[in-house]
Amino acid sequence: MRREPPQTFGDYSPLLFPAAMLTIFFVVPFGTMIAVSFFQRQQGGFYTPAFVFDNYERFLSAFFGGVLGFSLMMAIAVAICCVVLALPFTYLLTRMARRVQIVWLVALLSILSLSEVIIGFAWSTLFSRTAGITNILVALGLMSEAKALTPSFAAVLTGMVYQAFPYTVLVLFPALVRLDPTLTEAARTLGASPPKAFFTVVVPALRNTIVATLIMVFIFALGSYLLPQLLGRPQHWTLSVLITDQAIYQSNMPFAAAMAVFLVLVTLGLVALTVIAGRKGEAA
Amino acid sequence: MTSVYQKLYFFLIGLFLALPLIVVAGVSVNQKQTLAFPPEGFSTSWYGEIFLNPEWRNALFASVTLALLSAALAVAIALPLAWFLWRRVAPWANIFQLLGVAPFTLPPVITALGLLTFWATAGFYGQPWTAVVSHAIFFVTLPLVTLSLGFTSIDRSLVEAAATMGADERTIFRTVVLPLILPYIVSGYAFAFVLSLNEYIVAYMTVGFTMETLPIKIFNALRYGYTPTMASVTVLFVSTAAVIFGLVARFGDLPKLLGAMASDQK
Repeated sequence: MRREPPQTFGDYSPLLFPAAMLTIFFVVPFGTMIAVSFFQRQQGGFYTPAFVFDNYERFLSAFFGGVLGFSLMMAIAVAICCVVLALPFTYLLTRMARRVQIVWLVALLSILSLSEVIIGFAWSTLFSRTAGITNILVALGLMSEAKALTPSFAAVLTGMVYQAFPYTVLVLFPALVRLDPTLTEAARTLGASPPKAFFTVVVPALRNTIVATLIMVFIFALGSYLLPQLLGRPQHWTLSVLITDQAIYQSNMPFAAAMAVFLVLVTLGLVALTVIAGRKGEAA
Repeated sequence: MTSVYQKLYFFLIGLFLALPLIVVAGVSVNQKQTLAFPPEGFSTSWYGEIFLNPEWRNALFASVTLALLSAALAVAIALPLAWFLWRRVAPWANIFQLLGVAPFTLPPVITALGLLTFWATAGFYGQPWTAVVSHAIFFVTLPLVTLSLGFTSIDRSLVEAAATMGADERTIFRTVVLPLILPYIVSGYAFAFVLSLNEYIVAYMTVGFTMETLPIKIFNALRYGYTPTMASVTVLFVSTAAVIFGLVARFGDLPKLLGAMASDQK
């Protein structure tokens, strides 16, 4: 059956329910949030309709600048760690037997679907004094005494890399599956060792994919809202944590909404960059 | 030589991924209410606790109900949309595809906050059904992507043959399209179900003060210190996810599903 343009009103009817649901429960809430970001905050967690820029002016403080800078730096660090770890891993995975691939993919999906609460809990246990990794090191005689490794920057970074690693592999997976295997074969025939073939042929061929993946993992890491809270100190809080904190605990919805709008703008800018990187990839 | 390094590399990645879960599994079988690893004594009572303690049992029940209903609603939104985009030439309708993918691409806190302000303004804040709608919108991306992929894999000549032999649109959908798309409906539902089960922030911001899902319950319990029940719930969740994705892989083409999922997100 050929695809045809809709002729009658009846042809449009399948679209009605999805369009209504997405408009009412995604577009309208999004608009509500933007509206609230301009509202005036009242004492006691209430807010009244207004059109003020107070909530946006608070961005100009040194505190907010610090949080923003830290969030971006954290997300960049997570993106780099994940891509460096995941790129050779995914490359080798796509060259393995299908059965082995599926086992890894099921494991990665299971971890990816895990709640941030659970990841935070698992890592805080692993980094704790009584049940943590240091106990294993003590048992092996490498350390004299067990100690807690949280809260710390390294703990937040580890937790976030753990959360984003499966995502990175799954983003890289399709590009690497489609990578022409004759490229590396040619390099190997010409005498390159497998690591050399990987770094001189595979990595340059995937340059645009790598850039796009870095940006996507960066956005993913920006969204982490609990791990900095569970594994770090208040100075390790990111923008997402701050938004949650303002909305729930400080009951300052207008300020939370203003920060969320700002986060959307940052994210959309990055998505645009990803699309441009992708286009270049197709042209090349 | 190279394969030894490769094995070591895969082992280390596997260890990194498994280590927190191994420790949590160890903690979950502690005899007493202590957070100790290696576990002191052995007891499976913390698994029983999930079902016997009314607070944990209610949270489990709330989570499973929420996940079952919201995944069904997500599929109900995604199926007609994906079908329409496959069947008709209507470029402007792609905007709804974009809207369906957006909640999943943006940082989750944004969708959560948008829904919080919306439900508060509409006056339904805290009603359990708002969480179902919120999760369905948040996770509609997953069935939408799997279904779009499923439709592209349908051979259009089959549909054409049915039309030539006089089947109307409804009959074609029921007898040709639906059986072919069914595996993709199931996997889209499975993805949405597992993610809804684990979701915290959207549930917390919409019904966090009136209802406890398991992730909310774990987080609230974390603030008052540890109990091994959290560990047993974690093990339960990881195994549930592994079993469901394992089944998807067993009855479907997982590498293909993932190949399309990620390329669609780009």
